[in-house]
Amino acid sequence: MYPENFRYTKEHEWVRAEGDTGTVGITFHAQEELGDIVYVDPPKIGARVDVGSSLGSVESVKAVSDIYSPVSGEVVEVNEALADAPEKMNQDPHGEGWLARIKLSHPEECDELMTAAGYQAYAGAEK
Amino acid sequence: MRYLPNSPEERRQMLETCGVESLEDLFAGLPPEVRLTRPLALGSGKSEYEILDYFRARGDENANGYASFLGAGVYRHYRPVLVDAVISRGEFLTSYTPYQAEISQGILTTIFEFQTMICQLTGMEVANASVYCGSTAVPESAMMAARITGRSRVLAARTLHPEYRDVLSTCVKNQGMPVEEITYDRDSGRLDLADLQSKLDDDVAVVIVQSPNFFGIVEDVNAAAELAHSRGALLVHVFTEAVSLGILEPASGADIVAGELQSFAMPPSFGGPYAGVIATREKYVRQMPGRLVGQTTDTRGNRAFCLTITTREQHIRREKATSNICTNQALVALMATVFMTVYGKEGLRELAKQNLAKAHYLATLVKPRFSGPFFNEFVAAPASRPPEDVNARLLDAKIIGGLALGRFYPELADSMLLCSTEMNTRDQMDAVAEAFTR
Amino acid sequence: MIEKVRSHITQNEPLLFELSSPGKRGWQLPELDVPEVDAAAALGASAVRSGIADFPEVSEVEALRHFTRLSTWNYAIDLGLYPLGSCTMKYNPRVNEQAARVEGLAWAHPYQPEALSQGAMEILAALETVLEEITGMDAVTLQPAAGAHGELTGILLIRALLASRGDPRKKVLIPDSAHGTNPATAAMAGYTIQNIRSNERGMVDLESLVGSVNEDVAALMVTNPNTIGVFEQDIVKVAGILHAKGAQLYMDGANMNALVGIARPGDFGVDVMHLNLHKTFSTPHGGGGPGSGPVAVQRHLEPFLPVPRLQQRFGRWFFQYGRPQSIGRVKAFYGNFGVAVRALAYVLAHGGDGLRRATMDAVLNATYIRKRLEPHFELPNQAPTMHECVFSDARQAARGVKTGDIAKRLIDYGFHPYTVSFPMIVHGAMMIEPTETESKRELDLFVDAMISIAKEVEENPELVLKAPHSTRTTRVDEVAAARKPVLRWRRN
Repeated sequence: MYPENFRYTKEHEWVRAEGDTGTVGITFHAQEELGDIVYVDPPKIGARVDVGSSLGSVESVKAVSDIYSPVSGEVVEVNEALADAPEKMNQDPHGEGWLARIKLSHPEECDELMTAAGYQAYAGAEK
Repeated sequence: MRYLPNSPEERRQMLETCGVESLEDLFAGLPPEVRLTRPLALGSGKSEYEILDYFRARGDENANGYASFLGAGVYRHYRPVLVDAVISRGEFLTSYTPYQAEISQGILTTIFEFQTMICQLTGMEVANASVYCGSTAVPESAMMAARITGRSRVLAARTLHPEYRDVLSTCVKNQGMPVEEITYDRDSGRLDLADLQSKLDDDVAVVIVQSPNFFGIVEDVNAAAELAHSRGALLVHVFTEAVSLGILEPASGADIVAGELQSFAMPPSFGGPYAGVIATREKYVRQMPGRLVGQTTDTRGNRAFCLTITTREQHIRREKATSNICTNQALVALMATVFMTVYGKEGLRELAKQNLAKAHYLATLVKPRFSGPFFNEFVAAPASRPPEDVNARLLDAKIIGGLALGRFYPELADSMLLCSTEMNTRDQMDAVAEAFTR
Repeated sequence: MIEKVRSHITQNEPLLFELSSPGKRGWQLPELDVPEVDAAAALGASAVRSGIADFPEVSEVEALRHFTRLSTWNYAIDLGLYPLGSCTMKYNPRVNEQAARVEGLAWAHPYQPEALSQGAMEILAALETVLEEITGMDAVTLQPAAGAHGELTGILLIRALLASRGDPRKKVLIPDSAHGTNPATAAMAGYTIQNIRSNERGMVDLESLVGSVNEDVAALMVTNPNTIGVFEQDIVKVAGILHAKGAQLYMDGANMNALVGIARPGDFGVDVMHLNLHKTFSTPHGGGGPGSGPVAVQRHLEPFLPVPRLQQRFGRWFFQYGRPQSIGRVKAFYGNFGVAVRALAYVLAHGGDGLRRATMDAVLNATYIRKRLEPHFELPNQAPTMHECVFSDARQAARGVKTGDIAKRLIDYGFHPYTVSFPMIVHGAMMIEPTETESKRELDLFVDAMISIAKEVEENPELVLKAPHSTRTTRVDEVAAARKPVLRWRRN
């Protein structure tokens, strides 16, 4: 369920680091809790983020959830497909439903996040 | 008390089910120190007939059967009888906000029609389901523009309704949004575009222009919009006389339209309730406050309507809401919807043309002060006596004259604002002319 | 099983634009008694629109039928109970409608001479006095247009008070059980929000409060009775804790229907509060508005009230504008006068004693419902019920059926749902407020329907999960409506 090469946060975001770029999204558990996603408010390209700062928000019909950055760096790309098809975040949260790409200022931050096994246990316990 | 439906026997049975002896026992849990220990000093309950007598007596103490030339943001227009026939139906009058779409398709459909008609009238792409009134629509629009642009300065025309400017000021000063005034040209009565240009900078979020403005003058809104856009600011077009939309070309350069719909069958009612509306371009819809009704389908694939994009609103966003607005003005907006339906495409145009004709006839008798084009209101050039004197004479003839402007514009204390609608007769206007000149 | 009145749900009625046809008309104006004016000449050719594209044209009969048919698809108080918690959906007396239509009142222009407005001003002044008496406060403003607007006004008053003391503060405390307008309001007024926990009795946790109140707190916003329908037992202590640190107590008056004639907020330490005339005072909801949100204050906040204030001199009313400490205007003119008329008519009909009886019946009705439903639904809080009770869907959720589903099934029994999923501190909340204007017969029909649904959850949950089955539309696709909003009709 949860890809081994990702790292995970307690707020249910994931990051996949490749060199000094990290791709970020929300986890399967997160999209399940939210229900049908109707709108994604992405971060701005060029925005500098720290660990825990806002990466935009995700809306279902009845709720809004803020997304927090798992890493620090600069937003270099956002997933434009989500503008027309926010449901991609439900359908493929770890793949096509990615949110943004960040140029990592401190790639070692990823090592401090949960592994797939750790997150699986954490998300399971949350239920 | 006739509104309480239970008989003594039913109360007795219910008390038994509740396991208490008397109604008093139901409040036993309240701390004694908070209990009111005396009856409310509000007299005894009155019969229906006494209640109506009370209000009729108050009505008699108000102006009754007077003709009026007051406009200034509240307009006298005929109210088609269909309006009350429709809104008095219990299914509209006594229904709740349509959160449960399956049993609210009636009001939801009318709101969808309302939103559509407002778009058609204003030339905007999307309109909300109404807000409290025109005056509160102004700060809401300003805050919307601030959210969109990320800037904080506001430029508002001096010819924006003075009370609207007051409300704007009260609301945005807590949001860190300074408001600056743009003057008007002393000859034309129109917005001073040079003044606007000089005050624009890259910190201005929004320019707010009313047209027809408080003096009744039709503005070149697109010229103001061009200036605003050249510095990255948005343009809000405010209107207080909705009938003007029947004849005036919408300003294509406006980014947000904020208006008062009282002219569309809402009784003047000493200041309210009215309904305002905010309309804008589709790309700004998620920044717009107020309820929105959207079209969708049910599980059988049939067309249906529901409240939508509610995540902007307070009950979900809480402290991050676009506004704290909870109510729309559904019933009064429905009055407007019925009015717009009764008049329709041709009728609204004819109504506007009649208003234009009436005011322009009056202007042949009482010279306008400003040279700018006007709709159904204009500022009269000063008479040989103060406006208060002219009005005192008119009252003897049971006519309420125009608004003496000194209360809002010290520089125009010698002038009055005259409004003439389809309800004013030639005789009344001749009487006004006489009071001015004699 | 189903005894209730049903609406004409099977007929179809298109939108106005689909009924429209060029040349149909429903209007006629008198002939002009002045010369016609060429619009292009008067306004400039470019200022004149060529027409209103796609604006409807229908006849009078079609217009009336259209709206009448649509109205039959609506539920309404006139048709039956709305058990909506915190909405106080009581009978909207028809005499109030007549009162508002008295010609001298309905056609009064806010700028007409004060000498010719004494009747209207007398009404506003009378309602202010009535509301002062009911709330136990010293002064009232009728200017705010709705509850949320009143809340904002109230918080702005507190802000002005603290500024005048040279002691501006930054935080507002809000219980986690509060209605969403509370934090939205505080944010709009420029404050940061801090949440206060509720204790296991569902009330403001005193320890949490003491720990949070300091010299940076401007106010606590409290609803009393709170949103689970329970009176805040320690309210006097709460006021004391706040006042000791120079903070103010704001009360959301949405639940006043439990207190009128029984207890007065001004007597238990509230500094400022708002009222909802469209709740406690019976003015019609009209499908979502208009409302009116008067604000009542203690003496120390009076100088900051919005202008103008009604004053009397030699027996004549006048509007006073020269009030240097006022927060300014929150709305043009004097508030929703038409709504004030209706509220005053409501009070006149009851008198002091009638209002008290209404409150007692409201609490009786809610307690009766609670007692009859307790065996069938989870009651998370055992405190005495006031005007509303809150259940949780815990038992039914164990079978996969949630509060929202039960609410939809209630529609098939002829009722509007109760308040779903609020307050947030109760998981799967079902908030029920009958009001005093419901008869035992209607309450029994409601309770029987709820009990029947509880049984269906056990025996046939699909019936509940797919409800409603008997309405004009089945469940609507809210997700599609939000993903791709279609907010107006367009010609194809």
